[in-house]
Amino acid sequence: MREQSKYLEGVDKKDLFASGHRACGGCGQALAARLVADAAGENTIACVATGCLEVFSAPYPDPSWRIPFLHSLFENAAAVASGVDAAYKALKKGPVNIIAQGGDGSTADIGFQSISGMFERGHNVLYVCYDNEAYMNTGVQRSSFTPYGARTSTTPTGNTTRKKNMPMLAADHGIPYVATATVDDFRDLQLKIRKALTIEGPKYIHILAPCPLGWGHPGDLTVEICRLAKDTGLFPIYEIIDGKVTNVRKIPVKVPVAEYLKPQGRFKHLFKRGVPSEEVDAIQEIANQNIERFNL
Amino acid sequence: MLKQIEGSYAVAHVVAQCRPNVISAYPITPQTHIVEGLADIVGAGQLDAEFVNVESEFSAASVVLGASAAGARAYTATSSQGVLLMSEVIYCIAGMRLPIVLTCANRAISAPLSIWNDQQDSMAVRDAGWIQLYAEDNQEASDLHIQAFKIAEQTFLPVMVCMDGFILTHAYEPVDLPEQKEVDDFLPTFKPRHIVDPRWPRGIGLFADPRFYMETRYILHRALEKSEETIKEVSSEFAKAFGRESGGFIKTYKLEEADVVVVSMGSVVGTIKDLIDQLEEEGKKVGLLQICSYRPFPRKEVYRALKDKMNIVVLEKCISLGRGGILASDVRWSFPRAEKKDRDISSFVAGLGGRNISIDDLRYMVEKVEKEPVEFEFLGLKTELIAERDM
Ligand SMILES: Cc1ncc(C[n+]2csc(CCOP(=O)(O)OP(=O)(O)O)c2C)c(N)n1
Ligand code: SF4
Ligand SMILES: [Mg+2]
Repeated sequence: MREQSKYLEGVDKKDLFASGHRACGGCGQALAARLVADAAGENTIACVATGCLEVFSAPYPDPSWRIPFLHSLFENAAAVASGVDAAYKALKKGPVNIIAQGGDGSTADIGFQSISGMFERGHNVLYVCYDNEAYMNTGVQRSSFTPYGARTSTTPTGNTTRKKNMPMLAADHGIPYVATATVDDFRDLQLKIRKALTIEGPKYIHILAPCPLGWGHPGDLTVEICRLAKDTGLFPIYEIIDGKVTNVRKIPVKVPVAEYLKPQGRFKHLFKRGVPSEEVDAIQEIANQNIERFNL
Repeated sequence: MLKQIEGSYAVAHVVAQCRPNVISAYPITPQTHIVEGLADIVGAGQLDAEFVNVESEFSAASVVLGASAAGARAYTATSSQGVLLMSEVIYCIAGMRLPIVLTCANRAISAPLSIWNDQQDSMAVRDAGWIQLYAEDNQEASDLHIQAFKIAEQTFLPVMVCMDGFILTHAYEPVDLPEQKEVDDFLPTFKPRHIVDPRWPRGIGLFADPRFYMETRYILHRALEKSEETIKEVSSEFAKAFGRESGGFIKTYKLEEADVVVVSMGSVVGTIKDLIDQLEEEGKKVGLLQICSYRPFPRKEVYRALKDKMNIVVLEKCISLGRGGILASDVRWSFPRAEKKDRDISSFVAGLGGRNISIDDLRYMVEKVEKEPVEFEFLGLKTELIAERDM
């Protein structure tokens, strides 16, 4: 009990993203969205893309949002948020936190152009990507964030490409703040949201949000899976402030990628009778490259 | 103040006088001069607005969607491929009841690539839930924008003002430009209905399951039908305030006595009127029914104007491929089923991709339907360019 209260120390809990939504049990994205809303506070407008988040949190007539919520399409959350920002400037209203939010598909694929435009124009918008490494809302199809080797409904024998590096792409727009986070570390995630919201201009936060349904792991492992993603080096935690990578999270004890892969159904085919295939070595190599690149 | 001015700049001038808070657009011929004109006006500090230079029409439409949902008066303009790229957002804007004004500088659609005028672009989104007004000349194009903001903000329906690309956008004509005070007196400040604002947290753009979706469509359809009153009211208020007729539902020219009636919309009605005058001198009675508001469609007015006419010909710059004339089917639908008159409604498509519609073409069309009705014909087609094996 004491351990748990320590874990929640400094964590904002305002229930601005109310429970009772329709996400699967253990949904990393639902947890993340709540942490984001509670960290941002009441003075916030959420511009959400179509995807699991919108569908499980915003059915008429009982949405979960207790902050203003705006949704229109799959690929335009960043542009809609740009419009809200422009309106606030033109009407001389605010200040207000404008947070565009979308899944990996809407962020890295179909909405990439609109995000790039929002960054490049310098809108005062925080973009939060909930990365669950596939198009979950439509039934777990591959996205450009699907990691190497993962099985999805459109990569039935395993994905053959590497994950697009969105935080770096965001940073290369010259925006002042980029960060990565996971849903196992509430405090770190909320700190980054709060910090981003103090900075004028476009910001990007990339949150790894495991999806028990699509990844094929029990819902109660969501938090543990995040820890393993970090400790293997597969999901590095860092900030990029004014173009410089800083505050890199050091891995306390490095974990082989097999431990991350094994509990997940999407990687099951990589272990024939428990024996890791070549793909597992390739994934280990990706982790090693991250460890070296970020000095994890 | 009467001024010799390019159509696009006249529209830019008038849109600026409507004091939009947010303007967002992406360049495409022949819309460009409108947004360049607005950029100049904002740049010169004559209009206090956010001008958002986006990376696509898709984002332009999304920016004005977001801005309008946040309480701003928002404006965009586009043409052709831009309309199609926006189309997803165009539907959303109507479904979300955001009173945005969009100028469509009408242009043909690819392929093949054509930058020239027809009305296929705005027609492609005619069912999206927007009010669509078609301008006859640059005076009307300017006037319609002032009316458009008022109509949109009274009905919470978006309004598309359609003006023929190049023929109007790039034509220098004398246009009576209003004084700022006249526009301010005519157009009240925008009072939004639902906005995203932390003071009143609410959701805009929720998803609707089958228990609720149909009703949203019904409401939108009825709202469009009901906007008829507002469109007429605003047009007559406009006439009172500015001393000239512009917009409204339909207009007619020498219709009463006419034996043959041409139905059309947009700038081609100017040429049609010239032909009507010529034919009158030759002793023929031809009249014009001009559609100003294409959506909502003026069904009752069309019927009232045409119910005693036995020879009607619809001329339009768009086509439903595999089906035929679009406006023609709207006109045919305007007559009640029960009415069993043996009426001829001919259908002609013309001017696609900027093909000139000459007065001789129109004369050929009228003379042809005088002899016998025409189910459907491409006017001004060069048959020598067409081989049977291509079809
Ligand atoms: C233009 C368009 N194409 C496709 C879709 C269907 N669609 C809706 S959500 C979605 C996938 C969402 O994936 P992601 O952004 O990763 O969010 P997730 O559901 O995984 O959280 C797709 C393909 C759509 N709504 N609009
Ligand atoms: S499918 Fe995945 S992302 Fe979607 S609600 Fe379920 S767990 Fe969450
Ligand atoms: Mg996803």
